[in-house]
Amino acid sequence: MYETSDLRKNLKIQIEGDPYVVVDCQFVKPGKGVAFTRTKMRNMITGNVVERTFRSGEKFQPADLVEQKMQFMYADEMYHFMNTETYEQLEFNENQVGDARLFLLENLHVDVLFFKDGPSGSRCPRSSRWSSLRRSPESRVTRPPEPPSRPSSPPAPSSRYLSSSTRATR
Amino acid sequence: MAFATIETLALRHRMLSALRRFFDSAGYVEVETPVLVPRTVPELHIDLVRTTTGLYLAASPEPQMKRLVASGMERIYQVGHAFRAGERGRWHGVEFSILEWYRTGAGYRDLMDEVEALVTVLCPVAGRDVPAFVRMSVDDAFERWAGYRPSGHMDAGRFDRDLVERVEPGLSALGAVMLFDYPAAAASLAKLRRDDPGLAERFELYVDGIEIANGFTELTDVAEQRARFDEANAARRADGREAYDVDTRFLSALERGLPSCAGVAVGLDRLVAVLAGFGGIDDVMSHPFEEL
Repeated sequence: MYETSDLRKNLKIQIEGDPYVVVDCQFVKPGKGVAFTRTKMRNMITGNVVERTFRSGEKFQPADLVEQKMQFMYADEMYHFMNTETYEQLEFNENQVGDARLFLLENLHVDVLFFKDGPSGSRCPRSSRWSSLRRSPESRVTRPPEPPSRPSSPPAPSSRYLSSSTRATR
Repeated sequence: MAFATIETLALRHRMLSALRRFFDSAGYVEVETPVLVPRTVPELHIDLVRTTTGLYLAASPEPQMKRLVASGMERIYQVGHAFRAGERGRWHGVEFSILEWYRTGAGYRDLMDEVEALVTVLCPVAGRDVPAFVRMSVDDAFERWAGYRPSGHMDAGRFDRDLVERVEPGLSALGAVMLFDYPAAAASLAKLRRDDPGLAERFELYVDGIEIANGFTELTDVAEQRARFDEANAARRADGREAYDVDTRFLSALERGLPSCAGVAVGLDRLVAVLAGFGGIDDVMSHPFEEL
């Protein structure tokens, strides 16, 4: 079990049956009021980002995720992968693959996150998310495309951000 | 991890100097009250840091400063440190710098003026244009951003949630806003309005949506104060949290007579950070906790 004080970026928790990854969280507390943690969380199945505010002390289940090594085979309307241990083949839709589709090359080995569903413990391919992509050496043929550009915040005025080396030793 | 640069520490010093000049020239006496205290004023949502000797680190200098007012000091201010367990975030630290002042014969509206004057003095030091100050009642703010007026039918849980989810984000676009007249249930040491006991004579300054100052006309009625402390402790117990021994010397001072007065507490780290344009208190602190 996690508590609100455990919330931090990249924590994966389960809410109303779905796995979410925390993308932003902020402790807020009005002077005489109760503390809350305001979060932005991405639903790891749908990819939707939601904002949720939790009252201090609320508890969460960790998202029950299993990482599985898989190899990308090919894409048609769906993205086809093979479990490199069992040779089982699975297909995912574009939403499930998400931005990772921009990096997929045939025969690429990737880690797929599976969300374990229910007490039976059966692994269910209804959800997947790419925790990381590792290119195997032999697939290093072409450069993967650039990731989609994200708006970046303007650089801060340099005078406010002297590097630590310019500080006196204290 | 952010922390203040040498330049920022110098800026902070200039702001602190200007602040002291502001109070000194207004006839205030700077005082220092202890940080290590045996008893406190219980509040439902403020948890204390308890030391291994059983003493607490003060969450606010309020009881001791009011005792000084009760003993005859008419205008006092303090720049010190306060401690609140479990509070850590971009705008919170367990230990933080606090500016607090009291003025006899004043009400909360007088102190709204004084807070405004102080910020007006500090803005140029911080290199920021003086903002236009907006004054808005809590009911009006809630009506505007949350769609209802809370004072008549106060639901503390809903109030706090709507405050952080709707009202504070709304305030962030307005620059400097004084919210005033809080529902009575949201003001443990504030006097209630004589003409409308559902409202407390309390205000808060928000700058860019960040809560900077909290002030009120001080409650001087000892029976009422004792009842509110008991209520706070009962609510703490009901919430499964530790009840705190009440500062009986503070209550005795009220009993002997606290002159009518008003007081304000300012989160000093926040004030410096917001006026200087930073996105959190760590940028203006010499050693944020994680840097220790």
